[in-house]
Amino acid sequence: MQSQAPIVILGAGQAGVQIAESLRQEGFAGRLLLLGEEPHAPYQRPPLSKRWLAEAGSLSALSLRGPDALVRRQIELRLETRITAIDRVRREVHPSNAAPLSYAKLAIATGALPRTLAVPGASLNGVLALRGIADSLAIGAAIRRCAAEQQPVVVVGGGFIGLEVAASARKLNAAVTVLEGMPRLMSRVTAPIVSEAFTRLHRSHGVQLLFGAQVTEIVGREGRVVAVRTADGQEYPAGCVVVGIGVLPDDVLARAAGLACERGIIVDDCSRTSDPLIVAAGDCTARRMPDGELLRLESVQNAVEQGKAGAAALMDRERPFRSTPWFWSDQYDVKLQMVGLSPGYDQVVTRGDLSKPAFSAFYFAAGRLLAVDSLSRIADHMQSKRLLDRGLSPTPEQAADPLFDLQSLLKEATADGA
Amino acid sequence: MPRVRYLEPSGREVTLELESGQSLMRGAVDAGVDGIEAQCGGHCICATCHCYVQAPWLDKLPAPSDDEKLMLSNVAAKRLPESRLSCQLIATNALDGLTVRFPDRQS
Repeated sequence: MQSQAPIVILGAGQAGVQIAESLRQEGFAGRLLLLGEEPHAPYQRPPLSKRWLAEAGSLSALSLRGPDALVRRQIELRLETRITAIDRVRREVHPSNAAPLSYAKLAIATGALPRTLAVPGASLNGVLALRGIADSLAIGAAIRRCAAEQQPVVVVGGGFIGLEVAASARKLNAAVTVLEGMPRLMSRVTAPIVSEAFTRLHRSHGVQLLFGAQVTEIVGREGRVVAVRTADGQEYPAGCVVVGIGVLPDDVLARAAGLACERGIIVDDCSRTSDPLIVAAGDCTARRMPDGELLRLESVQNAVEQGKAGAAALMDRERPFRSTPWFWSDQYDVKLQMVGLSPGYDQVVTRGDLSKPAFSAFYFAAGRLLAVDSLSRIADHMQSKRLLDRGLSPTPEQAADPLFDLQSLLKEATADGA
Repeated sequence: MPRVRYLEPSGREVTLELESGQSLMRGAVDAGVDGIEAQCGGHCICATCHCYVQAPWLDKLPAPSDDEKLMLSNVAAKRLPESRLSCQLIATNALDGLTVRFPDRQS
């Protein structure tokens, strides 16, 4: 019977769906079982903190693939299926509400979970975090109530999620306070000059931003949040609190099953885990890089590319994910696009208009381009992406010179036969 | 409801009835048409829903925005004069019969 067992995919998000579709593209003709915990068919997560949150769109607007798409590709989708264990010896996964399911091979795409605040009051009513549709709906409802009752929304964390929620809340006319523990916004991923541009942007939209704010307690009354207290003794009134302090990879099942994990399920660039029958993709993974370091990315592109690699690996093929990472964020009318990985930079130069903001920050290490953050500068982003994908670099002087055509480097490389 | 014909990279043809106002990208991913990725979900920032508009439809479409033109400069497959991003093409009754072809790679 073992040969008739399906390939089972844990997680019906971006990575899980990609693995299923890519398996069909790779020619897999056997049974394919896609298991999701939520009651919703596969959907896109990025809009949950952005436009969809502010506009309370329809569920179909979030759809990642319609039901027809899965039927057409003979992907069996089972929703509301929570897996409690992976048994690698018997090659089974254990649903909480049904008999064990055998697998021929297994793909893990369980995503990530929001980090929680470890302070008193963190579980009061009105303290919210964002992961899925239900969370986005709850946050949207809480923001609208705050707007109607003229109570502030307090966002804990000045990273992507926190700032996107803050921008959405302003769109809904709620007063917003953002409490960031570090001295600046998005400090983990951007240079100070980019953080400063976003500080000005949010303040110009009326957001109250506080830095170095260590939350020590969420204060409640009758089980509901009323304020957030920080280490300096300040109390910030709150009609609701949205906690956006990062995510942790959901590697619980993999870890319990004895797969190698370290801040995520360890995979190589072909999405292979320490078990030859199991691949993993997306936010739940940590990818071992050629230099031995582990790289954790939380992005759509990472889910898609690791998914493609994982599907190929399940078919015993190598299709390594090596393209340059990219990310995006929308805040108000600013489109932030990031390509490459900036850690380790020793120089930043800018191109464009810092005040608008419509500029790009180019990160260099020893004169070589590492990454580019573009604020409403699509051409810079696209050209930089092509440069980085091809291992090409402008000099810092060229990047900073608005009259220098970055595209000319691509043409030169092509002319050189590179 | 406008009908849109999609040509998959394999050459297979899929005809769909779209809602007026729906993007060609949305119609294709909902139905599971091969040859499209649409990683960003329709925000004109990833260039993975690239299509080639088949004659005689190109001139009947609204011209691409500046953003779309910039994104088209970075598509993975060959950029042709008839290249468009399908997330930016909106089905209308006037476009009944519109035909697009998806390239063999999007990223």
